[in-house]
Amino acid sequence: MARRIAIASPMGVPGETAPHALRGPSWDGRFTVLILFLPPALLLFTLFVVLPIGEAAWYSGFNWNGFGRPTNWIGFDNYRFVLETRAFWLALRNNGLIIAVSLAIQLPLALTLALMLAERFRGAVALRMLFFMPYILAEIATGLIFSFVYDGDYGLVASIWRTFGAEPPHLLASTDTAMLAVLIVIVWKYFGFHMMLFIAALQSLDKSLIEAARIDGATRSQALCHVVIPLLYPTIRLSVFFAIVGSLQLFDLVMPLTRGGPADSSNTMVSFLYNNGISRMRVGYGSAIGVILFVICVTFAFTYKRWFMRNE
Amino acid sequence: MRLLTKLGLAAAACLLWASSAAADTTVKWLHIEANPAQVKIWEEVARAYEASHPGVKVEMQFLENEAYKAKLPTILQSKDRPNIIYSWAGGVLKTQIEAGVLDDITDSVKGYSDTLTPAALAAFTSNGKVYGLPTALSQVGFLCNKDLMAKAKVDPAAIKTWDDLLAAVRTLKAAGVTPIVVGGADKWPLHFYWTHLAVRIGGKAAFDAALRGENGGFAGETFQKSGELFKQLVDLQPFQNGFLGFKNPQAVGYFGDGKAAMTLAISTVYHLQRALAADKVGLSEDKICWFDFPVVAGGKGAPTDTLGGITGWLITKGSPKEAVDFLKYFISKDVQTRLAAGNYIIPVVQGADVGLNNSFMKLIAANLAKSNYHQNFYDQSLGPSVGRVVNDVTAEIAGGSMSPQDAAKAIEAAWKQGN
Repeated sequence: MARRIAIASPMGVPGETAPHALRGPSWDGRFTVLILFLPPALLLFTLFVVLPIGEAAWYSGFNWNGFGRPTNWIGFDNYRFVLETRAFWLALRNNGLIIAVSLAIQLPLALTLALMLAERFRGAVALRMLFFMPYILAEIATGLIFSFVYDGDYGLVASIWRTFGAEPPHLLASTDTAMLAVLIVIVWKYFGFHMMLFIAALQSLDKSLIEAARIDGATRSQALCHVVIPLLYPTIRLSVFFAIVGSLQLFDLVMPLTRGGPADSSNTMVSFLYNNGISRMRVGYGSAIGVILFVICVTFAFTYKRWFMRNE
Repeated sequence: MRLLTKLGLAAAACLLWASSAAADTTVKWLHIEANPAQVKIWEEVARAYEASHPGVKVEMQFLENEAYKAKLPTILQSKDRPNIIYSWAGGVLKTQIEAGVLDDITDSVKGYSDTLTPAALAAFTSNGKVYGLPTALSQVGFLCNKDLMAKAKVDPAAIKTWDDLLAAVRTLKAAGVTPIVVGGADKWPLHFYWTHLAVRIGGKAAFDAALRGENGGFAGETFQKSGELFKQLVDLQPFQNGFLGFKNPQAVGYFGDGKAAMTLAISTVYHLQRALAADKVGLSEDKICWFDFPVVAGGKGAPTDTLGGITGWLITKGSPKEAVDFLKYFISKDVQTRLAAGNYIIPVVQGADVGLNNSFMKLIAANLAKSNYHQNFYDQSLGPSVGRVVNDVTAEIAGGSMSPQDAAKAIEAAWKQGN
């Protein structure tokens, strides 16, 4: 029974079951499965993941406009050009900001709401759905909606401002406020997702542990801090992972809102890649940005797995 | 096995269907025209052509300007590319020719090409080979709103020099009128200022010298000075609130709604503002005025020099001969006269300008006829990698995050990297 659970869990360690399988009578069957199903998966993975990454790395060595075959080899110059660009560092800083806001505001908010809504009371489900709703909405649609909300002439923000008798600002059009406006949308859009993760985790907690703590005289908040939250650590670690990887990849919210502007102030790494690599047909340069982003993501993912999710 | 048989049959059916469908020729025509009234005429022209050429189907596809520019390289290298595509000539065209994605149509347009304005045709010719046909010319200048100008007591006809313009902006602001509207989020509408100033300050000689890398290239005096003069204007805060967040269609609509006194725009905006205005009516013709881009004291450019577009259509590699044939039909004297009569274009077919029946379009046509130096938009002329940098830095000067000197240096750096 215990073993079945280990396999069924997505965090299960497949290696654990392999030795049994090798010795077991069904090895022939498994081998056939392996022969049949591994090659297509391996082929697809190679074709759509390994090759493009290799190609990007190769292209990043050329000054190439995307037409025909690249011929003008310039070595590591593209990387130098990228690192010399102020907009690249701005984009990197913005990605850092998004991560910071996700970790410092979005996740705590999601956790607080989850703790409140995991209980069974009237309206809990409705509230959960309400908070989850922004996550369902497509990123592009969200961006377009908020570009109207933020509009300094007709938007919701403008009308709120006017009720106070002030001249409404154009949040998305100023280098000082554009990134802030984008960050607000990000928190609004994704907190519901993390909240749902936390609620699911809370509902599968062993209630008897909390009851035991309460019987032993722990107050509500003590039980929360010393029992519930520690039990949530695996989910929190997963949430943090999603939040950081998601932040590094952010693109589809930025484009409809600001396209990275004004003056590159709200670019993320990916929108910077798009604006330079695709719009300008500087494929080599864009590839160099892609490779840098890839290295950052992979380094983060492996380090994080190694240090924080070792046992999961 | 049964599944395989079915799949095989399905594949065979598809092949059969495809080959029977190929008996008819489809000409795929990709455009970026946002004015529905003009597209309607195009549709009629296409249907008329289909009627007189059985077996040929002309299929129109539309992409928004910015999306079109971003997707073009990918579209052109796809096997399923459109046959006729929109072009602003210049460096982008040069790149496309070098990449071999266009058809050389010199032979197919022999004889016919003599009917076109030579300068316009030249923009689509490279090393004696014709790769496309021009369709229209345009001029960049200031469109103005007569009522708002009158409200501030500014006489548009008296704005002749850059200082006049600055003075007019101050007067308009003092009268509580938004002086200029611009679509800063798209960046290229801002580049008109910088580019046109360069045309006025240095003329053709400065641009040609910069292309050869002489006089400091694009980091040279002319281009620094155009940044500085642009900065003078920016410092007066002449644009509508939040101008860096406005896309061009929004800005044109804003002008059409009568909310700003001026806009530096392509002459086609004269009509486009009506379609993009909130009420779809916009400003009537008697409410619009126009003045040419002001001259700069001590500038080497002639006052008659113009900045603007030479737009046209290209034939992509491997297109059916019907594509060229349709294009010749589309850019024939009849159709051009008709489009000119609707005041949609300044025609390129000789003699088609008799169709022009509106004083504004006649004025632009006359301006272009007088011009000895018609500079194509820099962002097109310099190719995508450098042109976009021009757009970027002008937006940065406008936003106050870059100095005119750094802007000029950034363009020169991009030019050196790209060439």
